Amino acid sequence: MSILTYIAGWPLLAALALVVVPRNYRVIIRTIAVLATLISAVLAVKMFCQFVPGANGFQFEQQIPWVESLGISYHVGVDGLNVGLILMGAIVAFAAALCSWEIQTREKEFYILLLVMTGGILGAFASLDLFFFYFLHELALVPTFIMIGVWGRGEKKNYATFQITIYLSIGALIALIGLIALYLQSGANTFDIPKIIEHAKTNPLAVNAQNFIFPLLLFGFGILVSLWPFHSWAPLGYGVAPSPTAMLHAGVLKKFGLYGLIRIALPLLPQAAQSWAHVIAWLCVGNILYVGWVAMRQRDLNLLIGNSSVAHMGFIFLGIASLNLIGVTGAVLIMIAHGFLAALTFALSGYIYKQTGTLQISELGGLCRKLPFIGTALLMAALAGCGLPGFANFVGEATVFFGAWKTFPAITIIALWGALVIGGIYMTRAIRNILHGPLPEKWNSIADASNAWRKLPYALLLVSLLVFGFLPKLLTEKINPDAQKIVAMATGSTAVSAVVVGVAPTTLSSGATPADTREPRALPENFVAQNK
Amino acid sequence: MLEISVIGLGLVLMLADLFVPAERRRFIGYAAIAALGVLLVTSLSGNGSCGQFGTAFGGMFVNDALSLFFKQLFIVAAILVLFMAAEFSDKLAEGSVAEYYSLILFALAGMLFAASSNDFTMLFVSIELITITFYVLVSFQRSKLQSLEAGVKYLILGALSSSFMVFGIALIWGTTGELNFTKLADFLIKTPEVATSQIFLLGVLLVLVGLGFKIAAFPFQIWAPDVYQGAPTPTTAFLAIGSKAAGFVLLLRVLFTAVPSVTAHWANLLIIISGITILYGNLCAIPQRNLKRLLGYSSIAHAGYLLLGVAALSASGQSALMYYLAGYVFTVMAGFFVITLVMRHLASEDISGLAGLNRRSPLLAATLTIAMVSLAGIPPLAGFFGKFLLLKAVIEVAQTTGNHGYYCLAFIALAGVIISLYYYFGVIRAIYWSKDPEDLSPIEISSPAKLSIWACLAGIFWIGLFPNTVLNITNLAAAALGK
Repeated sequence: MSILTYIAGWPLLAALALVVVPRNYRVIIRTIAVLATLISAVLAVKMFCQFVPGANGFQFEQQIPWVESLGISYHVGVDGLNVGLILMGAIVAFAAALCSWEIQTREKEFYILLLVMTGGILGAFASLDLFFFYFLHELALVPTFIMIGVWGRGEKKNYATFQITIYLSIGALIALIGLIALYLQSGANTFDIPKIIEHAKTNPLAVNAQNFIFPLLLFGFGILVSLWPFHSWAPLGYGVAPSPTAMLHAGVLKKFGLYGLIRIALPLLPQAAQSWAHVIAWLCVGNILYVGWVAMRQRDLNLLIGNSSVAHMGFIFLGIASLNLIGVTGAVLIMIAHGFLAALTFALSGYIYKQTGTLQISELGGLCRKLPFIGTALLMAALAGCGLPGFANFVGEATVFFGAWKTFPAITIIALWGALVIGGIYMTRAIRNILHGPLPEKWNSIADASNAWRKLPYALLLVSLLVFGFLPKLLTEKINPDAQKIVAMATGSTAVSAVVVGVAPTTLSSGATPADTREPRALPENFVAQNK
Repeated sequence: MLEISVIGLGLVLMLADLFVPAERRRFIGYAAIAALGVLLVTSLSGNGSCGQFGTAFGGMFVNDALSLFFKQLFIVAAILVLFMAAEFSDKLAEGSVAEYYSLILFALAGMLFAASSNDFTMLFVSIELITITFYVLVSFQRSKLQSLEAGVKYLILGALSSSFMVFGIALIWGTTGELNFTKLADFLIKTPEVATSQIFLLGVLLVLVGLGFKIAAFPFQIWAPDVYQGAPTPTTAFLAIGSKAAGFVLLLRVLFTAVPSVTAHWANLLIIISGITILYGNLCAIPQRNLKRLLGYSSIAHAGYLLLGVAALSASGQSALMYYLAGYVFTVMAGFFVITLVMRHLASEDISGLAGLNRRSPLLAATLTIAMVSLAGIPPLAGFFGKFLLLKAVIEVAQTTGNHGYYCLAFIALAGVIISLYYYFGVIRAIYWSKDPEDLSPIEISSPAKLSIWACLAGIFWIGLFPNTVLNITNLAAAALGK
């Protein structure tokens, strides 16, 4: 059995075990959930450390035939693209399970759903079979709806539940049609992703078929990732969701669509990807600029975080649209970094909500005096969100900008504005209004995270952000070789050398140019060093 | 033979009614279930007559992988319905329980004949056997006005569609002189000009009208909601599964064995019918407050999904259809079982009657939730893999034929799925979220009922998680059809 099966299997197994535990045994229920996610996280760290960067093919592979007549098998494996995502997912899931102490009603059902969600999404990331890839994602998606519906907060709960259910189901089903069409069109008669890719190398898909399937995948996955203008479910949904759900969904589940685009759409539909790259790039301006602007106007902390998380998706799309090694590497980097960041911010806002019962920014203030630990963590999260060097987000965003500069200079400039100025404005303003200034008297009784257990999830996520911020090489050395394969297929293998080598001679009048001449792997690290 | 044993069993039950004291009538049902279980096991093991493939009565009656699959499906459905009827027996008129059981068995016999029919006469006889028993089954709660109303509606529309069908059969006979499906297909190959004659085509169309009525496809679906609502719940369940599946097996036989050359030209007609049926069923289900009526509309929608497999005109489509039906049996039975148990003491089957079900009986609440989720087509349950196969079949045809209608159909099916999420989740919401339920008394579930509920749940998960076995059977069945 592959270690991946254990990583995704433990939470699912624990969910099954919880079904038979009587609902009064709250401590046991909680312990089982935390323990299962802890095991997953430890195994994921172990896998991450054992992963050999640049090795040929997939590692920790396992394949069990499931439906032979259709070519469906349970097939898991990791390469550089998903090894970091699985690590991130497992850590976030552990943090989410730790943060679930805020759930006070029907704990048993909540933990079961949380574990199903965790197992589903980790399995989806590990899956190398189109069918299981979709199947496990859907398995993770449905608990989200139920959790928002039952444990959600605020008056708009029912509306938000229906909106997110219907919106995301539409996205998932459009993607399903695209995946089925891809399976049939590939002619490989298997759902196995590596085999389809291998088959496509010799028999590429017809261009008109590509042009039909790519938009299905782009918009199907795009809805799941809140690509502008299909993002409106996200801020409201996250605003209403209980914080562990928001952590897992915004942090981990949402990355599924992006991962799907990189893993499946780029290598298999190269011509279509090239012709749609401009569209993606302009849509992501909507994410970065428009949604960023919307975020500036928010009066509610959760809506602000939700919008800012949508805005961050824009950078990832920009990286994908750039279709070169640096851009795609950067996109994967942000996916991981944003996973930690989104989970951290939603966890913190959940804590504040639990203490104060409101997230209206105007009603809060001076909280840093009462909540030194939470306040500091929130401040650091906000700075990470603005793209401050030292946090993993900076590395990713900078890399994406370098990658995108060559293809879309105008959009990159706009995106830089969006990242640095707009992001800076709303984040610092929120920090000022929430953490500083006079403390309203009614908040005199609130308490900070008291013991190590309570502090652990926040600390864990912050440390992860910092580790990958200072040592991005841990990720880039793994992502790079496999991103290179993807880019090679997406641009046609002859063009790839031109992209990698061709970066050097281009002279661009931006401050970013010198970095482009370096080897991409060393690039982000250097930047951290410079900015320290 | 299987059919004879079933009819015999029905007769024995009627006789037994005379000798068994009234308070022990429930056990007649369990005896019938046990007998059917024996039949199911023999048919599965391949020892009985239906394991021997071939034709009988001059080719009127055929035993092949297709008929075997459907027969097993019908027997499983009948067993579950009998369990349900045993729970429902106290709502039926005094002293008529055994009659109800034997009518179910007669309907089952009709379905078994339908699965094997290879001739228009046989088709008509089996359809009539099913329909006429259902007239009685639907109006069985004689003291309840709604039930009688449903019975009358079903009778009038059923008689109308039967007369259409007879007329169609007469036209086919008149133009070709053949009633046997296989011989008719040979005849059409030899004399292709007949296959394009207007009168012959009208005949085939009229037969399809009759079958469309059975499966409640648009535009013959009007009766379904009223009858579903008014009929006793076990009847509704049997109508939703048995009658529909019988319609589909006959539809498959007629379209793909008898008149394959005509069917090939009717792709667009089938696409349109399927698309409208899906949309009609789903859209009309949205405002429904009566649970059985809601399931009536949803069964129209599911007829539309099943028609996707017919419209695909391919072996993979037919196999997907059968797979979907297999999952549908357990799902719908689970749903109706919960309705029977929860609503048997309520005047109406309003959705609000489900309030607080999660506290009254967690098992029933979970069962209904799983049934709804499976009907909506969410993994890892049976409905998801069935819909996946159907969609795959449709997109496959779209790509091989280049007919854009199929792409539209796939998107309509998706739209249907999305719409259905709304009302299925409405039901789930009523179970878990409704405010201040008045009645919180726990619901007692007898152990046979518990057994059959667990069987349904196991079926839903088994078909959703381990599709291999069933898929192999349906592939074989679809291959038998293509021969």
